[in-house]
Amino acid sequence: MSWQRFLRRARWDRERHDEIDSYVQIETDANIARGMPPEEASNAARRKFGNSTLIREEIYRMNTVGLLDTLSRNIRYSLRTLRHSPTFTAIAVLTLGIGIGANTAVFSVVNSVLLKPLSYPKSEELVALTQTAPGAAGLATFSSGLPLSGSMYFTYAEQNRSFQALGVWIAVTNNVTGVAEPEQVRTILVSDGTLPALGVQPMLGRWLGQADQKPGAPETVMLGYGYWQRRFGGDKSVIGRNILVDSRPREIVGVMPAGFRFADTDAELIVPVQLDRSHQILAGFGFQGIARLKPGVTIAQANADMSRMLPIWMDSWSNGPGTNSRVYETWRITPALRPLKQQVIGNVGSVLWVVMGTIGLVMLIACANVANLLLVRAEGRQQELTIRAALGAGWGRIVRELLLESVLLGLMGGVLGLGVAYAGLRFLVTLGPATLPRLAEISIDPRALGFTLAVSLLSGLLFGLIPALKYAGPKISLTLRSGGRTLSHSRERHQARNLLVIGQVAIALVLLVSSGLMIRTFQGLRTVEPGFTHAEQIQTMRIAIPASLIQEPERVARTQNDLVNKLAAIPRVTSVAFASGAPMETIVPNWDGIYKEGTEYGADEVPPMRLYKNVSPGFFGTAGTRLLAGRDYTWTDLQDRRPVVMISENLARELWGSSSAAVGKRVRTGSRSPWREVIGVVQDVHENGVHEPAPAIVYWPTAGDNIYQPGAMIVARTVTFAIRSERAGSESFLNQVRQAVWSVNSSLPLASVQTQQDIYNQSMARTSFTLVMLAIAGSMALVLGIIGIYGVLSYAVSQRRREIGIRLALGAQPGELKRMFVRHGLILASIGVAIGLIAASGLTRLMSSLLFGIKPLDPITYTAGALLLGIAAALASYLPARRASTIDPVEALKAE
Amino acid sequence: MPGRKSPLQSEMVQGTLDMLVLQTLALGPAHGHTIAHAIERGSEEVLQIEHGSLYPALHRLEDRGWIASFWGTSENNRKAKYYRLTPAGRKQLIAQTTRWEQVVRAIGRILKPVPE
Repeated sequence: MSWQRFLRRARWDRERHDEIDSYVQIETDANIARGMPPEEASNAARRKFGNSTLIREEIYRMNTVGLLDTLSRNIRYSLRTLRHSPTFTAIAVLTLGIGIGANTAVFSVVNSVLLKPLSYPKSEELVALTQTAPGAAGLATFSSGLPLSGSMYFTYAEQNRSFQALGVWIAVTNNVTGVAEPEQVRTILVSDGTLPALGVQPMLGRWLGQADQKPGAPETVMLGYGYWQRRFGGDKSVIGRNILVDSRPREIVGVMPAGFRFADTDAELIVPVQLDRSHQILAGFGFQGIARLKPGVTIAQANADMSRMLPIWMDSWSNGPGTNSRVYETWRITPALRPLKQQVIGNVGSVLWVVMGTIGLVMLIACANVANLLLVRAEGRQQELTIRAALGAGWGRIVRELLLESVLLGLMGGVLGLGVAYAGLRFLVTLGPATLPRLAEISIDPRALGFTLAVSLLSGLLFGLIPALKYAGPKISLTLRSGGRTLSHSRERHQARNLLVIGQVAIALVLLVSSGLMIRTFQGLRTVEPGFTHAEQIQTMRIAIPASLIQEPERVARTQNDLVNKLAAIPRVTSVAFASGAPMETIVPNWDGIYKEGTEYGADEVPPMRLYKNVSPGFFGTAGTRLLAGRDYTWTDLQDRRPVVMISENLARELWGSSSAAVGKRVRTGSRSPWREVIGVVQDVHENGVHEPAPAIVYWPTAGDNIYQPGAMIVARTVTFAIRSERAGSESFLNQVRQAVWSVNSSLPLASVQTQQDIYNQSMARTSFTLVMLAIAGSMALVLGIIGIYGVLSYAVSQRRREIGIRLALGAQPGELKRMFVRHGLILASIGVAIGLIAASGLTRLMSSLLFGIKPLDPITYTAGALLLGIAAALASYLPARRASTIDPVEALKAE
Repeated sequence: MPGRKSPLQSEMVQGTLDMLVLQTLALGPAHGHTIAHAIERGSEEVLQIEHGSLYPALHRLEDRGWIASFWGTSENNRKAKYYRLTPAGRKQLIAQTTRWEQVVRAIGRILKPVPE
């Protein structure tokens, strides 16, 4: 059978028809020639020919592709039956649509974030040069390992055998002035090798290269596409023009194309980092490394190559005369290259897979519900199916038709699901901006469409198979005997539906427990004291004073002091202070090795690295961080550059046993640096988010002696101002804040304007995102599960009306009847709950990395989940049970 | 009685009709009516061609490429579909005829055994 013939068969049939006509005419002619009257001649010819339709049919059949023909007929038949029961169809399609839609939406996110490659050419070759340093205490908790130093960059770039290109970069912010309002922009500082490694050609002009990073070279800059559009309106003549970056002119040499992102940063400017090779020391670990592997080189080989270069690095550079280069051996620096994609995705992967899994479970429950509906329907159609089977329809044919119907339902659900997914994605994207990397790339692409189609077909087969196998079986003829009269309730008739309900309850419990665990996690996080109070009343913003704007540190300090005074004068401001970063604000952390007075350090020994921040007087009061011992900084401390320091409680405990013992003790940052006295100890602050333990922190003042330049002052130039006011966040307040800042210096832009509450929420974003997603999945599961129980019991009641009638007529008490049905529902629910508890105890292990403060086997959550389901099941059983007890026996017995 | 269906035709061996059609067309192109007539007359009315078999057979043969069709005008100026033998059909006819003769001889030997 060829397709061509199949498609041409209509034309062939017409031709056959003509041929037969011509035969009849010829025969008629012959008959007339034999002397018959015309009328009779024609009739005789037709008689002789026989049944022309039959002949045409036979030929037509010869040209038929059997399966396709029956398929199109079956589809028409199925659509007709579905149209005849609109309520059933609507409920089934709606259930499936929501289920498939949720799955498609979440899959699109998983696909765009986790599965799709990064948008660089041959992105699988790109690696992030991460390295761990378990021996460098303090740095070990730093999530991205040990950053690279400038000397490491030179060593790796010059000596490696594994990379096509290698570079280092760092994300910073710069002030751009001279174009409208002063503006703080996201900048990536890049070394040579970084842009070639990424491999994205500039849209205009050229890349930054080796010449740009030489000290004294003309200062250059590349623009991101967005910034170019926003500030220059896409003017192609910008190449060669200058812009003022941190008050210094830089020549624009290139523009990157639209859609270019630097790892996960939408960089507005790309500026060459100026690294003077002759002035590099071993230390200065502050750069992120990126490289492109040579073809065929594996990550393991590249790691080995990096390990080989570490001794070369230690031998080639020094930290200055008299220092031991081999000191870094105690740090046990180990290269741990990661695919760049993994670096970009970060820790969101586990969240997304958990969400995908739960949504998949919801889909299973939805399928179970639809299967239940189909079972009810198949039961109602049993007569029809039986008669068709009796008339000779094969078993396979009936199964095929039932399956086709459910697959059609699945596909219709899929179409609706796509609509749901579009809406759902919008919701998802607004929900998780801070948590989801590659957010802008999320879309429903062909792969997601394929996924939707697959889910629709599979779910259609899944829920269709159950009724198909149950009702199209060979024992079908038995039902004819019962004559369609519903006799008493037979157990096996309801077995399939009971099993489905048990399954639904079990899955629903798993989802309830998972979302319960997230709720408990959220609660757990909320009870952690973050180290600040009334975060919604703290307005924060970053203000940077670059050396190119104000050179002398003293003037910077004075300007910052002026800013504090001006801001404090705004009505209803309680206090103002500043620090190198607000609590939990994700800025690049700084580390110092802290020497404790009274402890002997070996020549090669380096004290543990500690996180440090710079704070102004009054900062702890403004943030609400409690002072536990000693005193806060005063402005006099800063002016007189007193050798003082404040520390966090956990550091005080670690070094001296208690907060009060720490006051008056001394520390320093180098074996020859001056000692500094601990004047105060403050409460621990959960800098890395409440789910992480609070790190030990050293708080230096924002201004003090420059230990590298005796007599000179050093000052924190980029700081976050914190303003405590009940008006925080309001537009009128922010206007006054801007006016106050610009009245001090009109070239100062305000960046990262947010309240402390925003910062806190961002640190909780991953948990809240997971919580919301699981809560949605959990409530969908609960509702679907309850509908399942309700549906099964209602149907059982309607089927057993006659039996109930007899029972009532024989004197059964309505209360007894009610209990019987509720018991039925509760038995199903209990079995489901029991299975669900076992399943949950296994499955929730998968989400243990997302939990905080509780174990995956938290008894309260499990009990609460089981109770909630139990109560819901009791309610769902009670409604049909009550209906059963109100049946009028006379009516029920007359009805059939 | 002429016109009455002979019992023979219903017993006609599968494929025989194909062979007869091919044989008829070996003499020259013909339309369905002529073919039926030619076979009936050639068999001295022993074989009655049922049109219910003829037309599907023609279709089948054409499909296999043994015969080809074209629209022409009949002796009485009627439009008619003519069939002609293709080279492949001629080969097939020879093969089928040979085979048929073998079968007939074999059956003949059984029905009229050589006297002992």
